[in-house]
Amino acid sequence: MNILAFCVVFLPLISFFFAGIIGEKLGDRFSQWVTCSFMGLSMIFAVFLFFKMGFQRETLLIFLFNWIHVEFLEVSWGLQIDSLSLVMMGVVTCVSFTVHVYSIGYMRGDPGIPRFMSYLSLFTFFMLVLVTAPNLLQMFFGWEGVGLCSYLLIGYWYDREAANAAAIKAFLVNRMGDIGFVLGILTVFIIFGTVDFGAIFEFVEEHQNDTFVFLSMPFHSLTLITILLFIGAMGKSAQIGLHTWLPDAMEGPTPVSALIHAATMVTAGVFMVVRMSPLLEYAPLAREFITMVGAATALMAATIACVQNDIKRIIAYSTCSQLGYMFMAVGLSGYSASMFHLTTHAFFKALLFLGAGSVIHAMSDEQNIQKMGGIWKFIPVTYIIMWIGSLALAGIPFFAGFYSKDIILEINWVSQLSIGKVAFVFGLAAAILTAFYSWRLILLTFHGKSRADEAVMSHIHESPLVMLFPLFVLAIGSIFSGYLLYDLFVGEKSLFWGPAIFVLPKDNVLHAAHHVNGWIHWSPTLAASLGMALAYILYHFMKTWPERLSTYFKRVYVFLLKKWYFDEVYDRLFVNPSLKLGKLLWEEGDKEIIDGLGPNGFASLSLAGGRLLCALQTGYVYHYAFAMIIGLVLMISWYYWLY
Amino acid sequence: MDVLPLLSITIFLPLLGAIAISSSWGSLNDAQANNARWVALWTSLVTLGMSLILLWYYKPATSDFQFEDKFHWMPVLNVSYHVGLDGISLPFVLLSTLLIPICIVASWSSIKKRVPEYMIAFLVLETMLLGMFSALDFILFYFFFEGVLIPMFLIIGIWGGDNRMYAAYKFFLYTLLGSVLMLLAIIYIYFEVGGSDIPLALTTPFDPKVQIWLWLAFFASFAVKIPMWPFHTWLPDAHVEAPTAGSVILAGILLKMGGYGFIRLSIPMFPEASSTFTPLMFTLSVIAIIYTSLVALAQKDMKKLIAYSSVAHMGFVTLGIFSVDPQGLQGAVMQMVSHGLISAALFLCVGVVYDRIHSREIADYGGLVHRMPRYAVVFMVFILASVGLPGTSGFVGEFLVLLGTYKVNTWASTLASLGMVLGAAYALWLYRRVIFGIMINPKLKTVLDLNWREAVVFTPLVAGTLILGIYPMPLLTMMEASVANVIDQFHIVLDPEDGLIDQAKSLQMALHLKRN
Repeated sequence: MNILAFCVVFLPLISFFFAGIIGEKLGDRFSQWVTCSFMGLSMIFAVFLFFKMGFQRETLLIFLFNWIHVEFLEVSWGLQIDSLSLVMMGVVTCVSFTVHVYSIGYMRGDPGIPRFMSYLSLFTFFMLVLVTAPNLLQMFFGWEGVGLCSYLLIGYWYDREAANAAAIKAFLVNRMGDIGFVLGILTVFIIFGTVDFGAIFEFVEEHQNDTFVFLSMPFHSLTLITILLFIGAMGKSAQIGLHTWLPDAMEGPTPVSALIHAATMVTAGVFMVVRMSPLLEYAPLAREFITMVGAATALMAATIACVQNDIKRIIAYSTCSQLGYMFMAVGLSGYSASMFHLTTHAFFKALLFLGAGSVIHAMSDEQNIQKMGGIWKFIPVTYIIMWIGSLALAGIPFFAGFYSKDIILEINWVSQLSIGKVAFVFGLAAAILTAFYSWRLILLTFHGKSRADEAVMSHIHESPLVMLFPLFVLAIGSIFSGYLLYDLFVGEKSLFWGPAIFVLPKDNVLHAAHHVNGWIHWSPTLAASLGMALAYILYHFMKTWPERLSTYFKRVYVFLLKKWYFDEVYDRLFVNPSLKLGKLLWEEGDKEIIDGLGPNGFASLSLAGGRLLCALQTGYVYHYAFAMIIGLVLMISWYYWLY
Repeated sequence: MDVLPLLSITIFLPLLGAIAISSSWGSLNDAQANNARWVALWTSLVTLGMSLILLWYYKPATSDFQFEDKFHWMPVLNVSYHVGLDGISLPFVLLSTLLIPICIVASWSSIKKRVPEYMIAFLVLETMLLGMFSALDFILFYFFFEGVLIPMFLIIGIWGGDNRMYAAYKFFLYTLLGSVLMLLAIIYIYFEVGGSDIPLALTTPFDPKVQIWLWLAFFASFAVKIPMWPFHTWLPDAHVEAPTAGSVILAGILLKMGGYGFIRLSIPMFPEASSTFTPLMFTLSVIAIIYTSLVALAQKDMKKLIAYSSVAHMGFVTLGIFSVDPQGLQGAVMQMVSHGLISAALFLCVGVVYDRIHSREIADYGGLVHRMPRYAVVFMVFILASVGLPGTSGFVGEFLVLLGTYKVNTWASTLASLGMVLGAAYALWLYRRVIFGIMINPKLKTVLDLNWREAVVFTPLVAGTLILGIYPMPLLTMMEASVANVIDQFHIVLDPEDGLIDQAKSLQMALHLKRN
């Protein structure tokens, strides 16, 4: 098994080296083949490993070698394989493989194909390291690694100003979150004396009442740790406040958006928080906070998605919103439900993104849905794909999203925490909006009269098979994964997660969730139908209404269109002041004050002193005589004054 | 190895090379210049080999000084030539012997005037540096510490840029001023201890009241050298004017003299004073990290930007040193070594493009990736290492320092971690403006990618940065015992009255035992 796990993680790294170092020489074909086949192997191994080990409820620890070992801090490289990491490995390798294949078609004609393929592989490697990490520090290594790849891939088209800006923004906003992550790791080490997951979780109970003085204030240590770590997760998983980078990240090529910014990297935050479940169970305050943030994000992102016009940005905000759902569940101890939604979401969101990519491909790189319309006849396969994705996303019965969203809302309803009901309302509202913006997207993109110009319309074509094949795979996942995995992941008697997820008996919401009233069970479906109907009314039957609504509720409309003004506020509060302060400190602080009073001041003082002394040496005898007389007078008076 | 004075040979070997080159002093002949280059390169390579032999025979288990050579130098004054290495000085010796050959190769074709003199300056500088890091006698230490200034002053003043005179004088006088105060303290210690032996002084307790003054005198010297805010303004000027290799040595090794001094002398000799001044050091370090990172954001000159980033990184070093904690101190040394590699490489990166179009202005660049893809990769590696990405040596040092500091003071650590964001901001923004975007400057349209000599220069640095990032254990084990010794000396005097820290420690120890 060790060798298999090893292969899953390191094959992508090897293919990165192949494509990155000799890919340029051996050509595009070579890089595509080598990365896709290595990724395929990695996926096969991962799936095999899942079936072999997934049901054993055991944790396999593989030690590689020491990393940092100073006094009591002992951190090693290794792999931790349990059901949680196995699920993630499966999801990551499957989506990554489909995206690798899809990229062959999508990136055709791009001058940097070896570079692109190698970045994708490198990303997969880091993501796998992240999910198999046996300690927090190695997880942070993977965490920063995927952040780096995200940065590189968002800025892949480095000639574009917007892409470069978005890449840096993504990195920096994530780094803000990373401060929380790092401080969380530090606090864990102080409290537990280790950063290994196994050891931490073993001693959680003994530390459940510890307090820790942080920034001169005493905190309940587990609450502090989990909130700090969650701040890290907020950055990576684009939760409210630190979400602003995700929509901008859509500047990257579409396969990247599908792989990194929908299916895998952005869910790393959820994964990390689920991994910390033993700590969270003893920190109810932190869990309430997480639920609150999740619920707020789910609703906020959904409202923004309703008025955006860029096809990829709509889906990006939708991702943001769905991640909010996952955190809602985590906060209410529904860890397994969260992982379930993570898995189904990976399939249907990757599908939606790749489908959107197919649309963009067909429309000669047009991304504005206001300039599309009426194209379903020309790209029927893509059209169907987008329908499947949207049905799954909205949570229409028997599609994947139905099962996972349903269980999350049920958990919200039955939770002991007071925040649960609030989350339920938020979740339901977001569910209506989700269906609304999904069908707004479909109706504006595919139906009605075409608003594109002649040149674009004449070029319109269905994508090649190499792009459609991955779509089929993901479509199958989007349809069946919910049904197939329901009992395994969140079934009432499922023991699948074993020791990987820890829930206190009093917090076991899953049991209660299975016995809710009928109307709770069907409420998400109802919400979805409502949203869908609303979209049909506004964009199919009453086509003038959206216009009239947006003028009538102009304030609300602009507020949403401007994405709640987050970017503007951050620019005013952080970005511009930092730049100004930097300039000020340099020109005033360094040049004027420090240099002026320090070295230069000293220098000019000695220079001036020298000049003064020079000036005394006039060479005229009467000057000297005068000075002598003055001196004599002074000395005599001093003498008299003394005695 | 008991027969040969290995360490002394290593120290004076470069001087021998310098003497050999001096036969072509003042020569303008091309062949002579080439000779000088080769002699310098071989000398420095053999010195590197010698230092590796030292590494081979070095025993990391003990904190005693090894490879000691001692004989009377001025017997009347009880001053001796006394050198030796321990786990704190060995990393710096290795760093110096690694960077000097890199500097010589890097200036192979970019230095065209007065080549023999240039090479002599570098070899003399190497002897001074090695001597300074291994000196175990105060007079000897001071001799080497000051001696470093002279070749460096010449390198900036002769081979520097347009405004080199201002920079050279500022550098020289500024650091000299600090050192003079240190000399006074050394004289006091000499009379107090009755000799100038450093190991002897390290074990002599000083009156806490006097310690304050002695500590401040040493501080004046080391704080300028490292440099700490607000004594840092000489650094950007010196860097901007210095030739590429000069900047490499300046950032790579010279700055570390300050940190080395703090660890070797200030902490163990003046524990009471050090603990009194810890709040001051934390404050200055945190200000340095945030202040200079912000200033770096505003820079238009590549070298200045990297110079300011050096000050910020050195802020982490002083933070770690004054946490006087195993993780913090080892992190500080780690950070210094790693910064030695990274900043050296970053200055070399600037040098590469400076050699091509003779501009340091960021605005003159942009879109270099189109013409220089390999250069873009190398530059990216070091930008990321400077940002402190896990997997590079920059992360290990920074993390350990933050950890060590966090135990003592959560405020300092939290504020310092802001440097993670600001550091990424200026570094990535620099990279974007230089490498990415569309190529506008017509001069850039013909530049060539890294040539083989430049590739040779970067290879060891890339390897070092990545290896120390993924497997830093050799370096960490090397210094473990010596750092523990420094901390013991500090704590023995200070009596563990700080109950809180010790509770945490004993808890950790208990857990540690329980788990094993």
